[in-house]
Amino acid sequence: MSILIIMFWILVAVFAPALAPFDKADMVSFESFKLVEEASFLGTDYLGRDVLSRIIYGARMTLGMALIATLISFTTGIILGFAAAISPGWTDQILSRIVDAIMAFPSIMLALIIIGGVGTSLPVVILTVALIDATRVFRLSRALALDASVMDYVTVARVRGEGVNWIMFHEILPNTIAPLAAELGVRYTFAILFISSLSFLGLGVQPPGADWGVMVKENLQGLLYGSPAALIPAACIGSMSVAVNLLVDWFLHRSSTMIPEELMG
Amino acid sequence: MPLLIVRRLALGIFTMWIVSLLVFASTEILPGDVAESILGKEAPDEQITAMRERLGLNDPAYLRYWNWLSGLFVGDLGVSLGSGREISELINDRIWNTVRLAAVTSIIAVPLAVTLGLVSAMRAGTVMDRSISIGTLCMMSLPEFFVATLLVFVFAVQLRWLPAVPNVRPDQSLWSSLTSIALPVMTLTFGVLAHMARMTRNAVINVLSSAYIEMALLKGVLNWRIILFHAFPNALSPIINVIALNLAYLVAGVVIVETAFGYPGLARLMVEAVGTRDIPLVQACGMIFCATYVLLNLFADVLSILSNPRLRTQK
Repeated sequence: MSILIIMFWILVAVFAPALAPFDKADMVSFESFKLVEEASFLGTDYLGRDVLSRIIYGARMTLGMALIATLISFTTGIILGFAAAISPGWTDQILSRIVDAIMAFPSIMLALIIIGGVGTSLPVVILTVALIDATRVFRLSRALALDASVMDYVTVARVRGEGVNWIMFHEILPNTIAPLAAELGVRYTFAILFISSLSFLGLGVQPPGADWGVMVKENLQGLLYGSPAALIPAACIGSMSVAVNLLVDWFLHRSSTMIPEELMG
Repeated sequence: MPLLIVRRLALGIFTMWIVSLLVFASTEILPGDVAESILGKEAPDEQITAMRERLGLNDPAYLRYWNWLSGLFVGDLGVSLGSGREISELINDRIWNTVRLAAVTSIIAVPLAVTLGLVSAMRAGTVMDRSISIGTLCMMSLPEFFVATLLVFVFAVQLRWLPAVPNVRPDQSLWSSLTSIALPVMTLTFGVLAHMARMTRNAVINVLSSAYIEMALLKGVLNWRIILFHAFPNALSPIINVIALNLAYLVAGVVIVETAFGYPGLARLMVEAVGTRDIPLVQACGMIFCATYVLLNLFADVLSILSNPRLRTQK
């Protein structure tokens, strides 16, 4: 079930231009907050734009941005985390202390402060989310790699004279892949929620861009007149993140991998 | 034990210092000159220079940091760039609204979450435990603004039971001030509850799997006695930790909730300040939130040192 939902949204995001009946910025009706009408399946938003089309383009924006942020955070987080674990001493100390300092901030505060300082733009939002995610990935992969690095196969590899890169990617990575994969799901939902939260605050994607968070914000007023235009994108975000989280939960139960709760979230 | 606590306090102060340094650095040293961003890119050079002079931007960074930090201690937070009002005054107007929101939420959420966690730990592995677990997982995955919009739609628009926009006035009766913040409180509770219940469950299950519980079981001690007198005291320290962490989570939760409901709290002040790039205001609000967060974490650690007999006896 969750896989179906995830596949559905991925397909929607990839084929957005082919699926959407209108462009994301087209005004299809002069009436705002029109409920269901013939031409547009989900009604119109506060400017009379087609909600369905904006949802479809929004899928692309929200899921795409979250994907980029997650990929950046995983590459840097894993490489640095593994490096910190297998080369103890000052590398580990410095990296761990930096991560501690960043994690002393509530993540939304960190984002607000950074965006307050630099101003908002898509790269800034993506990099901020990637930075926050990367600290969590760093903690997890460092802990996993520390456990793995005392195993015999790592000692054997060291004795065999393998380099640091080999040990990181041919010995430790394959043996820590299950918890890392689960973490990928957790972090991806975090990125989706976080990016859309920022957009909702008016600090992420800027209008007329279509992102699910922006759509909730724009149409919030309509709610008072009984228009569900704000509810639909919010439900989309919810469906995606619940689906990914349930998938991760199922995966953890099946593979009986444990991630300490304090490293999640 | 005093040594442990002193060490923890020192670490807390050190963390605060690092946080202040980062807050200052991220809004002062990052690209994008403040004076230029206030006046806009087309502003004539003379104006920008004058503005820089006025804001003291020509001083070296360490001097500005020092002035800012010493100002924080005496409550002199400077002047807001947007409105020109004293920041301490602006914050004073808003902060109690936020405190009230957080306080009411914790009074409701904490007992509820601990009970839910205990129940699902006692029934671990049963259908009930599994459904609580899946339920809380779903709650965690829903963004706060979804919950907020849904609640407004159901309770304010469809049923018309509660006001959609909280109307906070000083002369309100207790009841009307409670109903006016009911929807924001429900939204916040929803988010905190799930985390807290899950972590309580894990903490109790951890304790339940230890040897002395097995011993008590074998002795034939009653089930509820085991939970209340054997497991709960030992799970207390992790549970306290969980509660403090989640109150810290509230710090983040209010940002979304206050914006969603247009609630006149500190977090909304900060979001607006970020939007208009009113940097001194962002720094001040950011410091207040981060300090609360660090202090709650510190508080949790000290409490769990106090509640753990093993740590109590150490020198």
